[in-house]
Amino acid sequence: MPDIVVFDYGSGNVRSAQRALETTGATVAITNDFDEALNADGLFVPGVGAFGACAAQLRSVRGDQIIERRLSGGRPVMGICVGMQVFFESSTEHGTQVPGIFQWPGEVVELEADVLPHMGWNTVTAAPQSQMFAGVADERFYFVHSFAVTDWVLDVTGAFTPPLVSWSNYGQDFVAAIENGPLWATQFHPEKSGDAGLQLLNNWVTYVEGTR
Amino acid sequence: MTLAIRVIPCLDVDNGRVVKGVNFVNLRDAGDPVELALAYGQAGADELVYLDITASSSNRETTYDMVRRTADQLFIPLTVGGGVRAVEDVDRLLRAGADKVGINTAGLSNPSLITDAAKKFGNQCIVLSVDVRRADTPSGFEATTHGGRQSSGRDALEWIVEAVERGAGEVLLNSMDADGTKNGYDIELIRAARAAVSVPLIASGGAGALADFPPAVEAGANAVLAASVFHFGELSIGDVKQELRTAGCVVR
Repeated sequence: MPDIVVFDYGSGNVRSAQRALETTGATVAITNDFDEALNADGLFVPGVGAFGACAAQLRSVRGDQIIERRLSGGRPVMGICVGMQVFFESSTEHGTQVPGIFQWPGEVVELEADVLPHMGWNTVTAAPQSQMFAGVADERFYFVHSFAVTDWVLDVTGAFTPPLVSWSNYGQDFVAAIENGPLWATQFHPEKSGDAGLQLLNNWVTYVEGTR
Repeated sequence: MTLAIRVIPCLDVDNGRVVKGVNFVNLRDAGDPVELALAYGQAGADELVYLDITASSSNRETTYDMVRRTADQLFIPLTVGGGVRAVEDVDRLLRAGADKVGINTAGLSNPSLITDAAKKFGNQCIVLSVDVRRADTPSGFEATTHGGRQSSGRDALEWIVEAVERGAGEVLLNSMDADGTKNGYDIELIRAARAAVSVPLIASGGAGALADFPPAVEAGANAVLAASVFHFGELSIGDVKQELRTAGCVVR
């Protein structure tokens, strides 16, 4: 089984992520050590709270470099919640644009909905051929966020395989999950989504196993 | 594609054991919290709340250990409240595996605790837990402290609005008048809170029969919480969800 690092850069419920990933049989460590995070079979990037703080904390332990190096080598990385949002170009918080680590173009914006945060179990329209949602495409997953990517703007040229984008809806459509080669991400919390979430994590670990 | 109404069992915990009193007196022992939590997870609970009712005592380690043991085995969101007095308490509970932390009495005496905790950990994990009773205040509701035993002197709705402005991402609205009566949720209170704030609302206090749940949702609750009716098997999570579904609500 693969070894996974849950990246401990000061954001997110790392303990829950570790325990949930362990149910797949993977070996899971919690660390922010540069080499360990670089060399693990899979890197899991949690994240909660404010986008700006999360991106700053990630950079302060060179998480952006680790992710960049891993991805250029085709090594799996999975971001969760704000850990997904920071992969985008930027977010607008309190009227100010804050830069992310820019693996994808696009902006993280506040959802337009009557009640925020979007908190609870919602459905996802899984992308056709999704590996991530294999066996759980009809399940509900646990979301807790006020911001999201509502406009997927990546311009795919012939040189790239288009990412698989899965959507959800709360007040408006937003990106719920992405599978983009070795870079996967979910806006929801699979580690808090009961059996469906554990199955989704198992799908990721299976993917990670295949890249070893 | 609609967000589901959450059904949340609340476990009142005293020194690592589950209890539930009628109006917070006459405590009855209903077992091991971790075992009960896992059973609720299996039964379809959408979230779980631990309320540490003896948090004022010194034995906080028992609580952290209980949270750790629960979070290690239960993969649904866990809110822990009771005795949270400082940002460090929030930090320790989150590190032990809680996803959200409820702030109640300490928030009333030190409102900046909510501001500071929300700034540090994010609004999404700070729950304003407020014990409300009817009183002669502008809204007709006042916030109480110490599990409903003392008046805070604050108008409940005013306090809820302030706490949300300070960064509380959710409100656990507990009616002390309805709590333990099994006569249904305080619908007027839910309606008033819904009109006042736009964060998710958890209705709490008074659930006694299946018919009590849909009106709470209709009044604006995003989640419904109950304790004793679940603990003593009077109602199951599945029954409540079926009732909500029949009433036209979306459930998981």
